[in-house]
Amino acid sequence: MREIRYLEALSEALREEMRRDPKVIVVGEDVRHSLRGVTKGLLDEFGPDRIYDTPISEAGFTGLATGAAMAGMRPVVEYQINALIFVAFDQLVDQAQKLRYMMGGQGRIPVTYLVPASGARRGLAGQHSDHPYPLLIHMGMKVVVPSTPRDAKGLFKAAIREDDPVVVFAPAALLPVKGPVPEEEYTIPLGQGEVKREGSDLTIVAVGPLVPEALKCAELLAAEGISAEVVDPRSLLPLDRDTILASVRKTGRVLLFDDSNRSCGYAAELAAVIAEEAWASLQAPIRRLTRADVPVPFSPPLEAYVLPSRDRLLAECRQLLAASRA
Amino acid sequence: MMRVDVRLDRDGLITLYRTMRLIRRFEERVVELVNRDEIPGVTHEYVGQEAVATGVCHALRPDDVITSTHRGHGHILAKGGDPRRMIAELMGKAAGYNRGRGGSMHIADLSLGIFGANGIVGAGAPIACGAALAAKLEKTDRVAVAFFGDGGMNQGVVHEALNLAAIWKLPVLFVCENNGYAISAPISQMAAVERLAVRAVGYGMPGESVDGMDVLAVYGATTHAVERARGGGGPTLLECRTYRFVGHFTAEKARGIKYRTDDEIAEWRTRDPLETYPAWLKQEGICDPAQVDAEVEARLEEAVAFARQSPFPAPEEALDGMYAVPYPGLPARGW
Repeated sequence: MREIRYLEALSEALREEMRRDPKVIVVGEDVRHSLRGVTKGLLDEFGPDRIYDTPISEAGFTGLATGAAMAGMRPVVEYQINALIFVAFDQLVDQAQKLRYMMGGQGRIPVTYLVPASGARRGLAGQHSDHPYPLLIHMGMKVVVPSTPRDAKGLFKAAIREDDPVVVFAPAALLPVKGPVPEEEYTIPLGQGEVKREGSDLTIVAVGPLVPEALKCAELLAAEGISAEVVDPRSLLPLDRDTILASVRKTGRVLLFDDSNRSCGYAAELAAVIAEEAWASLQAPIRRLTRADVPVPFSPPLEAYVLPSRDRLLAECRQLLAASRA
Repeated sequence: MMRVDVRLDRDGLITLYRTMRLIRRFEERVVELVNRDEIPGVTHEYVGQEAVATGVCHALRPDDVITSTHRGHGHILAKGGDPRRMIAELMGKAAGYNRGRGGSMHIADLSLGIFGANGIVGAGAPIACGAALAAKLEKTDRVAVAFFGDGGMNQGVVHEALNLAAIWKLPVLFVCENNGYAISAPISQMAAVERLAVRAVGYGMPGESVDGMDVLAVYGATTHAVERARGGGGPTLLECRTYRFVGHFTAEKARGIKYRTDDEIAEWRTRDPLETYPAWLKQEGICDPAQVDAEVEARLEEAVAFARQSPFPAPEEALDGMYAVPYPGLPARGW
């Protein structure tokens, strides 16, 4: 199978969906020149009526997308950086996400919000390095965080076709990564996790950019005779609980590896689900490896210290196994 | 007294009165129902501002879109909202517009182009821009109207929406209902300009201040702005200078909050469109307003009866309708 970069996979997905459905329009900052690369070439192919460079008005263009969607369009909104979600928060969670319910189920609000370059990118400090998906999930927003080029294309396409608001986080660390992507048409449905590596001693549930890290860790552990299973939820809401719970029931040990804040973070939610549903299978306490609850600091050693890392994961896995075998 | 620069036939003139009277009496009935505990929560009455919603919406077509505010009953009635389903919604009944999910601040009817009242000041402005963008892309001549108050004029997202509409020449009308107060804060202390319409200059769009107590003036100004928008001429900021005769919300009176003098209220009362306009209709021999009043009473009587006999929604319906595309286990329940 051909290999393309994660970023190219996103770009292909958007182009294909714009060809497929004339209602798909793109709204965001610097999308015509494509600062982030996802929207490259779209202006030439689809013309100025389908792709809009906006002023620096994140709340405004988020609301614009909601209104356009209620009136029949299918907008894709690009946030140039992850933290712009905070600027647009009322329009995202209090308007786009709530309106259908509050209107008694009237209408549809099919907007896709793409966050290319989410998470930390080395040296961008506290206002450009967030992964704020727990806040959105808390408010009921559908969220996907694909970890491979194949998943990125399939989930982005599914998100655009979904008749509800969906946020797609495309982690900065993954954008240049190459991987196999089918040439033929496909989508990956929301709500389906994937076991990225099978194992029997412990389960690592890894999110987004941490999936490749977990896979490398599993490889190193294999050399030590430890068999780690890596589960990638891919879609954080809706969540494929069954795939996670089946893995935990099989291995009896679980480590949650997530690049969002610790308190009320995504790992906390996963831990609660596992404790409620698979308590009897657990042979050891659930472990969480997350970000620290501080803004991501600028200086490289400081930044590395607060983010979840492969080295810490390795140590945690060894400890988890040693403790429960003792 | 009445400024008529856009012609209306007799039926049109009577319709304006019927709508204003419906709004006024609707709101008075709502207060009664709140006081009898038949309506839970908070309602914000539109009493005094009827000429604005009525004049604006009379210049619109059924397929035009509006976004409304927390003080939205008047806009919704003027855009054709059914008082039966509105009162049912206010009471939290199953037959309500939002099936009891929204209440007073959130009534919506997409089939009438009512993209929702809104509990967040100014939040509807960019949503109206989106509806206008869709109209433009679909090559229709639909327009969208964003209602907000003088308080909303100072909200950041309204500024963003005004600018977006101006740069893309969107067919939007921004109707700022300047009733002088953001709850208790006088606009004279919250804005350094006397006429909020002058802000339009900064966006590169036409701005106009009209007497919001004069339904014909509002209708006339709106008609011109809507014609311009339909013809591709872009947005307009229309400031309607008006007044609410009642508190910010129903319970304000009981709390003894006082930020306006009795003299000021009395002064505005002399310009009550529900006094001046029917007097003019009678004087001009256009109609006998009492007949319209009786019609409105009968309609509201029936609406209240309809809402009262409507059942409450089944409690478990509270988990329905969140997503157009549902998944097992969504939305999560709290137990």
